[in-house]
Amino acid sequence: MAANAVFFLFAGLAIACAVSMVYHKNPLYSAISLVGVFIALSCIYVTLGAPFIAAVQVLIYAGAIMVLVVFVIMLLNLDDDRPLNRLRYLYAVGAGLGLILLVQTLFIFYAVARSPKQAVQIDESVGRTLSIGSAMYSRYLLPVEIVGVLLLMAIIGAVILVRRLSQPELERVIDEELTRRHEEDEIGDYRISI
Amino acid sequence: MEPVAQTAFPWVVWLVAVLIAFQMVLMIVAYTVLAERKVLGWIQGRIGPNRVGPWGMLQPFADLLKFIFKEDLVPDKSTKFVYYLAPIVALTCALMPMVVYPFGPTLSDPMGTLGPWINWALGWIPLVGTYVVDAVSWLTPRAVNMPLTISRIDVGVLFVLGITSVGVYGIALAGWSSNSKYSLMGGLRSSAQMISYELAMGAAVLGPVMLAGTLDLGGIIRAQQQSTFRWFIIPQFIAFVVFLISAFAETNRVPFDLPEAETELVAGFHTEYSALKFALFFMAEYVNMFTVSVMCTVLFLGGWYVPGLEAVGRLLGLSAYLHEGTIVYALISHVAFIVKICLFLFFYIWVRGTLPRFRFDQLMNFGWKFLLPVALLNVIVTIVVVYFLNIYGS
Repeated sequence: MAANAVFFLFAGLAIACAVSMVYHKNPLYSAISLVGVFIALSCIYVTLGAPFIAAVQVLIYAGAIMVLVVFVIMLLNLDDDRPLNRLRYLYAVGAGLGLILLVQTLFIFYAVARSPKQAVQIDESVGRTLSIGSAMYSRYLLPVEIVGVLLLMAIIGAVILVRRLSQPELERVIDEELTRRHEEDEIGDYRISI
Repeated sequence: MEPVAQTAFPWVVWLVAVLIAFQMVLMIVAYTVLAERKVLGWIQGRIGPNRVGPWGMLQPFADLLKFIFKEDLVPDKSTKFVYYLAPIVALTCALMPMVVYPFGPTLSDPMGTLGPWINWALGWIPLVGTYVVDAVSWLTPRAVNMPLTISRIDVGVLFVLGITSVGVYGIALAGWSSNSKYSLMGGLRSSAQMISYELAMGAAVLGPVMLAGTLDLGGIIRAQQQSTFRWFIIPQFIAFVVFLISAFAETNRVPFDLPEAETELVAGFHTEYSALKFALFFMAEYVNMFTVSVMCTVLFLGGWYVPGLEAVGRLLGLSAYLHEGTIVYALISHVAFIVKICLFLFFYIWVRGTLPRFRFDQLMNFGWKFLLPVALLNVIVTIVVVYFLNIYGS
């Protein structure tokens, strides 16, 4: 009973935050809602007996990635009342994809209801730090290595993108940008003039 | 006991435990503020607050009352919802790690010792007395091997790191939503600083975690108890120094207090906050100090563990009362834990009275080009040592 109540609490929170993320036009509100989704999901992981996954979910997604996203949004300071006419044709695609998702969900419910009930062997160690670590570095070693190489490539790519200009060129570009911005907003919303 | 009371009783016990821990942490935090003002005063040749109560002991409460009764100013151009949300996020994230703090060793049978005394003291009262006796007899078998933590999580270290990393939102959002130049600069600086130093901190934490082989805070203390050096500060001294320095940066304290550098940014991210909302940020900062002190104590100074306490007990012929599991042992250990934390808090204040502030580029260079490589090097060395110890050791 209590476990169900906790599940519905956090599942409801996750869904509400997800809806709010899509619904809000202000990107910062969307980002905060997404953080809410991550935290609600990590609470569900805890109730499912996977505390490691839950902690990592909060640490990586909510604590690192979304902080960077919020950072970028704060620096760009997009207008919140800009109409999104450009993307109108995507509504049909979105409706189609949503329908497919709904059908999939209904199929899962149907399949679960049809399948014969059987006692499941619950392995207590699944989701614990030790089992995840030993599985990652023995059975799934190759995928882990591949992901590592992929991340290394991403880091090198980022460095190359930043380093495309030589140092004097880079300083000149930054100087020009700063003077342009300074002329633009002598008065006005301070949030633009970083 | 009646069924309803029996169902509710565990929750009551739990609630009382949480309340005691909560109250204790907040009292320590309140008196840290007073201690900071006093110690800074002494360092600067002043007296410090001494008007409210003897030696200014009631100053924290006077401050709190002042915060409550001050006018609450909200900037007209601020983004209201986020402006109200930010201090709440900051303080909530600061307080949440309290759930996993190991306040003391496991009590083997506390009610077996305390129960008769409670019965003797309260059992004779008419009407209530029988309930007390019932409650004691219900609690006695259930309190066996009671750990002095609110909750033992398998991944305590990660939990604390994760929750404190979410605390960045409080500061970043406060800076953004105030719609003020100073606030935004403070918020940006703070977020950049906290993200940068979080890496060094995480890498420093890895050392003791690898030596202990667990992420559970209680488990780390137990591992230190059984290790050769007793405290991890000896084999992990580099990690300790890195952790301490990045802890200063994580809590935005001098010499890393650029987010609120008063000479350039007024008050940084909380420039536009007043009254109780400012008090929430203020409290969050000191609770964060407490958190990193707890982490430092648990990871490097053995938490509640006092080396040689049991040997002293044997020497004095008191080992019946002074071995692990007894209430006296737990009390002494708990006091030792608090004393270690207070030493770190004092160190914070001392440094604040001593060191000047970094420049922002110095701060970033120091974090990324010195602290992080050193921490990573320490991790690599520890990996090699642990690997060979596992093969050839023991």
